[in-house]
Amino acid sequence: MFAALGRELLQSLRSTLEALGAYALFGLRLIAETPRALARFGLVVQQIHNAGAHSLVIIMMSGLFVGMVLGLQGFDLLERFGSEESLGTAAALGLLKELGPVVTALLFAGRAGTALASELGLMRATDQLAAMEMMAVDPVRRVVMPRFVGGVISMPLLAAIFSVIGLFGAQLVGVQLMGVDSGQFWSQMRGAVEFGDVMEGVLKSAVFGVACSLVAVYEGFHSVPTAEGVGRATTRTVVISSVVVLLLDYMLTAVML
Amino acid sequence: MTAEQRRDASAVVRLRDVHFSISRRAIFSGVDVDIGRGSVTAIMGPSGTGKTTLLRLITGQLLADRGLVEVEGRDVATMTRPEIYRMRRRMGMLFQNGALLTDLNVYENVAFPLREHARLPERLLRHVVLTKLHAVGLRGAFRLMPAELSGGMARRVALARAIVMDPELLIYDEPFAGLDPISMGMVLRLIRRLNDTLGLTSIVVSHDVREISAVADSCYLLSGGSIIAHGPPAALANSAQEEVRQFMHGLPDGPVAFHYPAPDYASQLRQVD
Repeated sequence: MFAALGRELLQSLRSTLEALGAYALFGLRLIAETPRALARFGLVVQQIHNAGAHSLVIIMMSGLFVGMVLGLQGFDLLERFGSEESLGTAAALGLLKELGPVVTALLFAGRAGTALASELGLMRATDQLAAMEMMAVDPVRRVVMPRFVGGVISMPLLAAIFSVIGLFGAQLVGVQLMGVDSGQFWSQMRGAVEFGDVMEGVLKSAVFGVACSLVAVYEGFHSVPTAEGVGRATTRTVVISSVVVLLLDYMLTAVML
Repeated sequence: MTAEQRRDASAVVRLRDVHFSISRRAIFSGVDVDIGRGSVTAIMGPSGTGKTTLLRLITGQLLADRGLVEVEGRDVATMTRPEIYRMRRRMGMLFQNGALLTDLNVYENVAFPLREHARLPERLLRHVVLTKLHAVGLRGAFRLMPAELSGGMARRVALARAIVMDPELLIYDEPFAGLDPISMGMVLRLIRRLNDTLGLTSIVVSHDVREISAVADSCYLLSGGSIIAHGPPAALANSAQEEVRQFMHGLPDGPVAFHYPAPDYASQLRQVD
């Protein structure tokens, strides 16, 4: 029984390593192809529209609600120490450094990542990718690259919008509802938040953008060409992206603190 | 020059002793095929005999385990990826379901290979695309999206796309599957007409015996991993070979059994899982 268990463990370790290797090779190829993809920027813009603009409503709504909750919770906490005027600083740092990039990445994986994976999976299932191959058109260059680059460009922009709307939400609750002084809210924030804090958020969202886009295009492009296969690719996109984003978040935070 | 050499010289595609297996299951064990220049050649056979796999070997999507796959005198196995792409530019392929790009309209689907490979002025591109759409009778449908097309129309648009680069070899994978009789008649007529007027060589994979016999110059019958008969359709229809007769005349039972191999009927009924 232990031997069988050991074999199972070895087998799963081997398949995990193989999957990581395949991801790495695919990722390296995408990065190498990026300059060529940028040369056909029209295709990328189309994908920024698909992945980015179509995610705007969910990002803005989520940003508003997350900011409002942050305003409430922050106020409750800070009030205990008599420093509720620091609410602006707390909300800004929380949103810019952590909640903005992470929540945006999770939403991006759920909204744009699944759309990318299922689109590519269906293209494979309906022979569209094979047809491109037969027309001597490399599907990675023509289909995968614009989607990958579009996702990578969209993510930091969406995270920035999320953080700005979130700040507005925190201000709405803190200042308008709970009565924190508006001047204190904004001036303390401007005094405490540094350029490095903003860049930390930008860097995180860029890294998450690469991770989420890579997972989505990899899973979609390599999906089994059946209805079940496409469904599985979509699910795997959300699950893998979420875990990877949270893991990367910890690693990046540990490095940058 | 012997008759054999002459036939080889005029062959656009040549397969010799091709072996191929997937997951240790042998698909082909010694297949020989010659596709003559300018001809319409049918590859027929029961479902699951590897007809589409044969096309994938010819187009370099798969590589044979053993044997020779030659296109225009060049061994596909020794080609690099750019060389395979160059070879495919001289080929057109019609997929079973058309495989149109669903986010592009009919016009853009047909224009797609030209936009990718040739930098044509928009005016000339429009001229070429509309000419090809006219050839398949769908010039008027140029603004429609693939979702708005019937199965037969989608197949004809895909055909226009397959010939837009003026290929020398046109490959049809199950072009009649799921088509109504009118659409089937249109596609049949197009296969012959395009082949003759454009001077193409055509390979048609199908199991619609009657339809394909009407347009093919020669047929290969694939079964059990090898070619069991080849020749003009009429010769195959009159073949005395039992397996060929069963396929050509659509007999429900014969060498290809009606029943999938199964244990004894009575004992299986008594068995409780």
